[in-house]
Amino acid sequence: MTAANGASPGPGGPLDLCGVPLAGPVLNGSGTFDAIAARRAFGDALFERFPFDAFVSKTITLEPRQGNPPPRLWETPAGLINSIGLPNKGLEGFLASDLPELAELPVPLIVSVMGFSRDELATLVERVGERDEVALIELNVSCPNVETGLVMGADPAETARAVAAVRPLTEKPLIVKLTPNADEPAAVARAAEEAGADAVSLINTLKGMALDPRTSRPWLGGTTGGVSGPAVRAVALEQLATVARAVGIPPIGMGGIASGRHAADFLAAGAVCVAVGTESFRDPAAGRRIAAELRA
Amino acid sequence: MTAVERLGAYSLITALDAGGPPDPRPGQFYMLAAAERWGGGADERPYLPRAFSHARAREGRLSFLLEAVGPGTERLAELREGAGLHLVGPLGVGWRPPEPDTRPVLVGGGIGAAPLLCLQDELRAPAGALGVAPPGNAVALLLGFRSAAHAQSAALFAGEVALATDDGSVGHRGLVTDLLEEELDHDSAATVFACGPPAMLEAVRALCARRGVPAQLALESGMACGFGACFGCVVPTKAGYVRLCVDGPVIDADALESALFPGAGH
Repeated sequence: MTAANGASPGPGGPLDLCGVPLAGPVLNGSGTFDAIAARRAFGDALFERFPFDAFVSKTITLEPRQGNPPPRLWETPAGLINSIGLPNKGLEGFLASDLPELAELPVPLIVSVMGFSRDELATLVERVGERDEVALIELNVSCPNVETGLVMGADPAETARAVAAVRPLTEKPLIVKLTPNADEPAAVARAAEEAGADAVSLINTLKGMALDPRTSRPWLGGTTGGVSGPAVRAVALEQLATVARAVGIPPIGMGGIASGRHAADFLAAGAVCVAVGTESFRDPAAGRRIAAELRA
Repeated sequence: MTAVERLGAYSLITALDAGGPPDPRPGQFYMLAAAERWGGGADERPYLPRAFSHARAREGRLSFLLEAVGPGTERLAELREGAGLHLVGPLGVGWRPPEPDTRPVLVGGGIGAAPLLCLQDELRAPAGALGVAPPGNAVALLLGFRSAAHAQSAALFAGEVALATDDGSVGHRGLVTDLLEEELDHDSAATVFACGPPAMLEAVRALCARRGVPAQLALESGMACGFGACFGCVVPTKAGYVRLCVDGPVIDADALESALFPGAGH
């Protein structure tokens, strides 16, 4: 990679992600930062000094979703299990009410989409892809295909079919968000690359569960959830390193990154960008802090 | 941290919030974490910050009432004067003004007394930010606790406090909602402001619904972030799930089917 200013790229400096210039490598993980709600909580200064070098939206689906019944959270040793269930306004709600405000962000916008069938995914990619405000599209494939019952992203062939189906529909770069709940994430990454993906991002959350100590029954309203936070960092680093060796497209690494040191580890293991997720829950300005630590 | 005051079973911790706004709304909240050693307690927790409504905000100093009941509150309760405290806030939506021509009735259960303290201060102030200044004695205050040790925090409040305890060690033996029922029998032209455990809030909600008395409830639901990012703290309302951290923590009782929802008070 060559830095935009021609200088040799140091960790934390400007870079090019699939043709989109970024001021630095620190993104947010999808679903871990609501820029609109954060602006309401912390004021316009948040948009002026935005904590990330690109913003990844919460995953949007074709139809609006209420999300899973509560409780949705459980704290684990050094981490968190969530069972949120992708609440969102649906494609039309997103385009009408969220996209205009997200377009005011001072950084490129990456929109995360999930379809429960290839047709749904195609509609989402086509409609989101035609919007100039959107720089890249991330495909969240950690969901069951309602037609086959298979989790798209757990299977290389399913992933390849999904990517191939939407590849011709947009010229925007496509990022495939890989799930760690696959037999061989590197095989899924290779399948995504061959089908035309421009980048991969990993890891999504690891499947997990917690029992209510009073009843010994599942605590989460959705029964199971996804584990994130420092508890998963070692797993994420290994998967990132393995995927980075397996593909030629840029990997975006995430999973428990809470400091510049952690971000540097992911970059050293082959990531082109890193994303901060759960750490932003503990510190809304974590992205900016981690970027500064990375440059120091 | 500038002060730690022991109040029976609870502690009142005070911290300097140099960069924060001087006038958070009563009923808003902050996410709190110890600057040092946040983690490594029981079960290798805490990890996430903990949400607390401030009991008082005066001259850049914020006070929080806490009881050590788990790894987060245990760590916070260990902190002494001079220790660092991470604060994010003020967050959420606080108490709204009482309905016109009604008397404010404040109902607290246990640690839930905290956000009623600054509300009482405001309601008793000559020109409160709520735009109404009822005479001090017109603000009714009803507090329920497990025992006399927990009830010591009632001394923080001004004026007359009606107390109830589970064990009868001080005040009425029974529930604070018994006191509320008497209060509304006496004069039902009231707006109720309540904070406490889920069962108490549900009793307040049901009673006020039966009597047609407007009520605002400060709810609790496990939060990861406190600023709308994680969608983890949702509360079921008549209009669907709402994020308690941005649409609450104060919710109109009328908006709820029940204050006893899965995960309430966690």
